[in-house]
Amino acid sequence: MSELLKVPTMAEFMAQGKQPEVLFWVGCAGSFDDRAKKITKAFVKLLNKANIEFAVLGTEESCTGDPAKRAGNEFLFQMQAVTNIEVLNAYEVKKIVTACPHCFNTIKNEYPELGGNYEVMHHTQFLKTLLDDGRLTIEGGKFKGKRITFHDPCYLGRANNVYEAPRDLIQKLEAELVEMKNCRRNGLCCGAGGAQMFKDAEKGDKEVNVERTEQALEVKPEIIAAGCPFCNTMMTDGVKAKEKEDDVAVMDIAELIANAQDL
Amino acid sequence: MQYLPNIVFAIVLIAGIGFFVKNVKKLARNIKLGKEVDVSDNKSQRWKNMAMIALGQSKMVRRPIAGFLHVVVYIGFIIINIEVLEIIIDGIFGTHRVGLKILPTSAYGFLIGAFEVLAVLVFVSVILFWIRRNIIRLQRFWKSEMTSWPKNDGNNILYFEMVLMTLFLVMNATDVHFQDLNSGNVISQFIEPWFSGLSNSTLHFIGRGAWWVHIIGILVFLNYLYYSKHLHILLAFPNTYYGKLQPKGQLNNLEAVTKEVKMMMDPNVDPFAAPPAGTENDVPAKFGASDVQDLSWVNLLNAYTCTECGRCTSECPANQTGKKLSPRKIMMDTRDRLEEVGKNIDTNKGEFKDDGKQLLDDYITREELWACTSCNACVEACPVSIDPLSIILDMRRYLVMEQSAAPTELNNMMTNIENNGAPWPYNQMDRLNWKND
Repeated sequence: MSELLKVPTMAEFMAQGKQPEVLFWVGCAGSFDDRAKKITKAFVKLLNKANIEFAVLGTEESCTGDPAKRAGNEFLFQMQAVTNIEVLNAYEVKKIVTACPHCFNTIKNEYPELGGNYEVMHHTQFLKTLLDDGRLTIEGGKFKGKRITFHDPCYLGRANNVYEAPRDLIQKLEAELVEMKNCRRNGLCCGAGGAQMFKDAEKGDKEVNVERTEQALEVKPEIIAAGCPFCNTMMTDGVKAKEKEDDVAVMDIAELIANAQDL
Repeated sequence: MQYLPNIVFAIVLIAGIGFFVKNVKKLARNIKLGKEVDVSDNKSQRWKNMAMIALGQSKMVRRPIAGFLHVVVYIGFIIINIEVLEIIIDGIFGTHRVGLKILPTSAYGFLIGAFEVLAVLVFVSVILFWIRRNIIRLQRFWKSEMTSWPKNDGNNILYFEMVLMTLFLVMNATDVHFQDLNSGNVISQFIEPWFSGLSNSTLHFIGRGAWWVHIIGILVFLNYLYYSKHLHILLAFPNTYYGKLQPKGQLNNLEAVTKEVKMMMDPNVDPFAAPPAGTENDVPAKFGASDVQDLSWVNLLNAYTCTECGRCTSECPANQTGKKLSPRKIMMDTRDRLEEVGKNIDTNKGEFKDDGKQLLDDYITREELWACTSCNACVEACPVSIDPLSIILDMRRYLVMEQSAAPTELNNMMTNIENNGAPWPYNQMDRLNWKND
């Protein structure tokens, strides 16, 4: 399969004197985390399928600085931001799509004050526009009638009011979308945000991801859909902690759509 | 001698309002101890937020039961207070029900009748609030920060309102002249029989007594506000006006850091050059916040506005899973420390003398700060646009940039970002390897 993936870089486009329609910002998780890499590939397959001219920065990409900022290290955040903005502006990037809500939020909201102004979309929003424009079609395929619940990533939902695009996509799969008791603006965090991903949790009665997984399992889904690589990891761990990994899958929306098409 | 009551009334009124004004000035002084922030933008959006959130209670009703009861108390309290106008005029000029001299009996009756109905609705709502707090014991009113004063304060307010509403109805029920009107005594007519058999002079005495206690009660309540979470009835308005307008995920940019970073990245800057004269002020004395004076004045206004309702804490994922963090406690601690700093300034003739304490560690522990996932649930839940997350972030900034006191794993993460451009120890040159995996 992988030899079929077309993943051009900005440098290659530049060499040909061309500009891609959109820059795909892969993010650190999407580049290095084994689970998240599958999400990256699924999204690339969809971009290839829809014949989107996109490019990645590849080795020129660096961490957006999100976890540094949220941990309180404004210096490191701004160093990262200014470096990334220099690269993006040098390539005259206008439009960015990313599968990571943390990258999405940071580039969209926190880069403009440092000189980085781009149209930034989450991959669920981007896929939704592709469908609306007829550039991509999806059918239910193997997910038709399956019970799917969607876990709202804090940095997509509450932080940026994107609640409907991922849900619209799930419904396009003709799946049965079931909502947890905390959803949309009342969604419960997976426990990874604010740089928590990179440290042990403070002492408590329970881990946040276990609490959230319990909420998800309450609605008896066959699949827990996520729209964030960190949520994906946390929910996968939660499902394992509850020993439900044989019954419940945790999948990114891009994976759902790519799998439905047998890509 | 016949003017004695009028004079006593005027003195009580002036003293009550005067003391309140004195405390409001102190309140404004304390809030201004915070750092300046520019909130002069987007005036129309700000007015809209105030109208929707404070005046229109749009976020209160997201929890329908508490929201509905709150709206009843809110509307009731505002409307019934029109009656206070009449009380003040009567008190100063020695008139009795001056409204009757101005308005036709039917119109006056309609007004007082409406007040009486609202008084009963407020009374019932307040009883239900009391039951939720003390009998049903809703979890959020029994968290660890809700001991002693915060807990009594909540109940005191409810008792105050019960007494004030009762006094208003008793005042009307024992006013023989008003009962004779047969207009507007929609509720008090049913209370009137409780006092049957009493002589007219006794009734008059009870009626006047209720009148006096009612107005004095209102003045006491007014002055109670400053010491209470009930201050929100005033501050909810400016607080929603100055509330955050940016997307919740957008954390503020530190200008001072931007200047330094730009300078570091600029190849034309002479690294050994002394800063030009007059620019020292651009770099703050410290990064982030360890005490209330380091926070913005909007943060401090937030702290005074907090009603301690605990909606933030009940939505907080860290709190829900038994961690020490409670966004409500962050706000209460900020307010308590600010009050302490204010008192310190008062006793030291307008100057703050170091008391060896600060907000960090003495009030808010590091464990609380590091438990936050920055998920914004608390910000979303607050009915009056309070932003506990920005205080948490500013205190983390102090810990990291001033003290290098982040948890070890976070230091590792930050070192990785610095060295490899990723929070994990992978080489930046391997970023595209997934393509061929």
